[in-house]
Amino acid sequence: MANNNAPLLEMRNIKKAFFGNQVLTDINLTLAEGEVLGLCGENGAGKSTLMKILFGMDVIRDTGGYEGDILINGEKVTFNTPFDALAAGIGMVHQEFSLIPGFTATENILLNREPKKKNVISEVFGDRLDTLDYNVMTGRAEAAIDKMGFHIDKNMVISEMPVGHKQFTEIARELSKDQLKILILDEPTAVLTEKEAEALLASIRSMSEKGIAVIFITHRLHEILAVCDRVVVMRDGYVVSDEPAANTTVNEISSRMVGRAVETTAKSEIRDKSDAKTIMSIRRLWVDMPGEIVRDVSLDIKEGEILGIGGLAGQGKLGIPNGIMGLYEAGGTVEFDGAKIPLNSPRKCLDASLAFVSEDRRGVGLLLDESLEWNVAFPAMQVQNKFLKNYLGGFVKWRDEKSIREVTERYIDELAIKCTGSKQKAKELSGGNQQKVCLAKAFALEPKFLFVSEPTRGIDVGAKSLVLEALRKFNRESGVTVVMISSELEELRSICDRIAIISGGKVAGILPASKPSEEFGMLMVSMVK
Amino acid sequence: MKNKITAGKILSFVRDNSVPLMFVLICAVCIPISGFSWGYLINEIVTRMGRNIFLILALLIPIMSGMGLNFGMTLGAMAGEIALILVSDWQIWGIPGVVLAMIISIPISVLLGAFCGKILNMAKGREMITSYIISFFMNGIYQLIVLYMMGSIIPIKHFSIKLPRGYGIRNTVSLLNMRQCLDNLLAVRISGVKIPVLTFLIIGVLCLFIVWFRKTKLGQDMRAVGQDMNVARDAGINVERTRIISIVMSTVLAGFGMVIYLQNMGNIATYSSHSQIGMFCIAALLVGGASVDKASIGNVFLGVILFHTMFIVAPKAGAEITGDSMIGEYFRVFVSYAVITVALIMYETKKRKHKSQNAQQLQLAQEEADKHE
Amino acid sequence: MNETLDKTNMTLRDRLKAFVDSFGLPRLIIAAFLLMLYIAAPIVGAGFWMQISNTINRFSWNAVMVLAMVPMIHSGCGLNFGLPLGIISGLLGATLSIELGFTGPLSFLMAILIATPFAIVLGILYGWLLNKIKGGEMMIATYVGFSSVSFMCMMWLLLPYHSPTMVWGFSGKGLRTTISLEGFYDKVLANFLQINIGNLSIPTGTLLFFAVLAFGMWAFLHTKTGTAMTAVGSNPTFAKAAGVNVDKMRMLSVVLSTWLAAIGILVYEQGFGFIQLYMAPFYMALPAVSAILIGGASVNKASIANVIIGTFLFQGIVTMTPTVMNNMIHMDMSEVIRVVASQGMILYALTRKTEATK
Repeated sequence: MANNNAPLLEMRNIKKAFFGNQVLTDINLTLAEGEVLGLCGENGAGKSTLMKILFGMDVIRDTGGYEGDILINGEKVTFNTPFDALAAGIGMVHQEFSLIPGFTATENILLNREPKKKNVISEVFGDRLDTLDYNVMTGRAEAAIDKMGFHIDKNMVISEMPVGHKQFTEIARELSKDQLKILILDEPTAVLTEKEAEALLASIRSMSEKGIAVIFITHRLHEILAVCDRVVVMRDGYVVSDEPAANTTVNEISSRMVGRAVETTAKSEIRDKSDAKTIMSIRRLWVDMPGEIVRDVSLDIKEGEILGIGGLAGQGKLGIPNGIMGLYEAGGTVEFDGAKIPLNSPRKCLDASLAFVSEDRRGVGLLLDESLEWNVAFPAMQVQNKFLKNYLGGFVKWRDEKSIREVTERYIDELAIKCTGSKQKAKELSGGNQQKVCLAKAFALEPKFLFVSEPTRGIDVGAKSLVLEALRKFNRESGVTVVMISSELEELRSICDRIAIISGGKVAGILPASKPSEEFGMLMVSMVK
Repeated sequence: MKNKITAGKILSFVRDNSVPLMFVLICAVCIPISGFSWGYLINEIVTRMGRNIFLILALLIPIMSGMGLNFGMTLGAMAGEIALILVSDWQIWGIPGVVLAMIISIPISVLLGAFCGKILNMAKGREMITSYIISFFMNGIYQLIVLYMMGSIIPIKHFSIKLPRGYGIRNTVSLLNMRQCLDNLLAVRISGVKIPVLTFLIIGVLCLFIVWFRKTKLGQDMRAVGQDMNVARDAGINVERTRIISIVMSTVLAGFGMVIYLQNMGNIATYSSHSQIGMFCIAALLVGGASVDKASIGNVFLGVILFHTMFIVAPKAGAEITGDSMIGEYFRVFVSYAVITVALIMYETKKRKHKSQNAQQLQLAQEEADKHE
Repeated sequence: MNETLDKTNMTLRDRLKAFVDSFGLPRLIIAAFLLMLYIAAPIVGAGFWMQISNTINRFSWNAVMVLAMVPMIHSGCGLNFGLPLGIISGLLGATLSIELGFTGPLSFLMAILIATPFAIVLGILYGWLLNKIKGGEMMIATYVGFSSVSFMCMMWLLLPYHSPTMVWGFSGKGLRTTISLEGFYDKVLANFLQINIGNLSIPTGTLLFFAVLAFGMWAFLHTKTGTAMTAVGSNPTFAKAAGVNVDKMRMLSVVLSTWLAAIGILVYEQGFGFIQLYMAPFYMALPAVSAILIGGASVNKASIANVIIGTFLFQGIVTMTPTVMNNMIHMDMSEVIRVVASQGMILYALTRKTEATK
């Protein structure tokens, strides 16, 4: 050891930008042996990026690396791959499981680190033909499970396990590594039952007693207070607070997570539309959208308003438009303009003059291999028979290239889409311009009601305000009711009249956009599942 | 209550083993109609087991590593054929000839297998159709070598196997001096049934090898790669290399298998022996109850017995029923293809299940909550 | 984030490389090879005009079957390795038309009419199956083709055909493996407005027939439904979100493809002069698949131009290699070249990353 006084881990002045977008600024962080550090912040605050840097993930290097230093025991280290980080004693349990479904817990715990025995054949053909030493494997797996302090069946096949046990298998895998000094847990309790979550907290405590430092990322703030020594709150790529857990409260943390100096575009006036008629009424909606499950949502939307839907990632806010528009299986009732909308049928929604701009631009929003003309005109052509010429008494519906070009060019002008022309392929545009094409596609439908999901995700600041301005204009000038779903609370507050916060697949509350962000922050973490 | 459980068990057993059971049924109907004696039948089946099992076992390793049915095993068969042609030109007969042919086939198989593996790594997710097309592509190269280069570039001395024009190999190459030399060594006759003990011993050794191989590090890696490539990669396993090794092993084993197969037949149909071999081996394996992602040694043995029983009795039974011998011939070809088709469809539909269960749970959860209120 | 290519700054070499990348090296080699054959043909004394007419002739026989690939590629079902299913519908049409006693040009028309319902019914079943196994279409299509051909082998023997021109002479039942079309529709299209100039002969009727079908396909792709089909192939989720019934579009494309294959085999027969039954349709999908790929199509993009160019190149190689190579090096390596070129092309296409970004 170079220096006994140096902390186990120190991160100094870490900076990171993605394509000129500053996502981390001057992050300083220390971690002592056996310390449990709670890390919280809204989605996009930079927690995951910071952990990716620490874990040496490829995506960091592929996007130009980072600035600043990482020191372990006072010595500077650089991790080019996760394997370097593993060798230095850092283990990470990701949100997505990284387990082989047909293997037992033991086999997964020791995946690619199996103890082996030499034999005659392997002497000749190399060590990949060593046989596995099952006895030693069992022993090591047992030891790791004991260390964790939560019992799982080491012989059970992963695909037959309850989801919580899979999470524990992952943790046991990290613990089975002898060199492990720091364990990063990225929202580990999201998939656990209440009992299992408690067991996990207990096991974190026992790990810390054994000298392992833990970085614990979660949205369940009471868990942080229950188990952590120190709490770090991040917002917009900065560390906004770093203090002992004993000195803070859930309220304080949540308000720090969302509270920020508002620097976004000029706020629009907030209108009170409570007297307007209810244009859409949602009752007991459930949606099976993986990762964004909606459990029981009831919501009334007033004609002409802009309603924001916010909440933390994974809490179900994205499931609402996707379920209503028929992209994921859904149940419950939705009434629009006095008539019931059948669920699970995109066509019926579109026929009823609803439109949807998906958060998944590349997957759902665009025909990447086709021209802008096709992208803009396609839904209107299919649903409303626009941009078609009829021959033989309507038997032949011929694509009207001229009117398609006209409408596309009109939107290119109106939304200031940067492109070489209406014939350019959608995949060649930048993210912000692609988003504008998605909006143009929805506008071309001339809907009465528009769902916009994460309209500013992954686009630069300039494009952001243009997109928001276009939406506001669409709402004000055409009187279209807009429901905007976004992870960025400030963005919602800058454009919406009311904001509903979704937590745990349910509506945690609806507030006028003028309320201070702390109140929204409280709602966001209120029912987190 | 107990009856219900056993009934359910039987039902799920039937559903899980529908293909083998269907073949048992076909055989049960066709055997009496065909009028073959049991002695003859058993003799034939034992012969065919010795002839085919090694080849079919070659398919197990790519299935283990998640690359599906290796239609590219034809490549190994080609390697085996080229080796045998060379050996028979050198006039090395009997057991030494067989052993030498196997040894010569190894470098050719490794080369072809590595090529095949490389291409399959470029076509992940559609390995089967690609390996199927590779077998056609390689057939072209094989013809180039055997029909044009042998005798002109690759020295071939003996006129018995060369075409009269001076280069290229004849349509059939006789292996008369090598015929069944493995099968006859140590052969035992039990009430008229000839059992090729040595061949079965070799097969037994291969089975042991496969069982052992599953327990090696490489075998474990292959299973991991087969189930989830990304997880395996994250754990530090070299996925691409593991997949190539798996195809190379399969190709080498198929080369050995082809040598065993041809020494039993006693001659090489130079331009057609290999072309159907992949299809028949795959069909036999599937008949034994294997699927695209799961196959065991038991499947191989059961498959060979059922498939070849059907193969032997179908033409005769067809002729007895319809009076036309061709019907049975076509029937067995149809059945071979149909079995593969059904297995592929079952595999693909299974991959797409599991959905909507989640949705039902959500609805249930709401109803539960209502009850509590 | 400027993702658009700045084309002005490219050097000639970059451009050449970009051209080769977009066109595909194998395709370039095949085209160059064919060009070489045409140059070599007169030199080695294999009459140039003869070769050209041969190529055009074979083009006219095969083009419709290659056209049959287009709809399924457009709807994202991939290459239709199950073409034999459509061919079987065509064969049923052909044999039933003769069995019912039609002769001359009328027998061709009737063959098409009778084949149509078969193609539609089989196409619907086939499409239904492919909708259940999205993503695994190509392998299953191959084996659906094989199974149906081997099933029909039994049927050709068992179905009660009686026409003496078709059944085996001695037993009086069971269809022959090849049936001559003389007196039926042998060359009915080819002889229509045929042009003969010296050694050059052009089967105008067949070419016109193909032109009509190709125009129909081109026009269809310009209608509302055709646009929806292309969108389904380009991004099924986008199409679904835009209210298109994805399964219905795929089904329609499969039916269209199957029907075109049925017509395609009838056109082939009228040029060839014989109906080939039993195992003959077995491998017919592969030449059609490689032809359209050689023409510039990929697993999920194809145009009418790809069909025309591809069929011409592929049939050019098929007709030219035996004669030219034979005259040149006195070695008939045409079979090898054909197999390596066509299968190599399919392999190349399969190993390309599918362009549709998901």
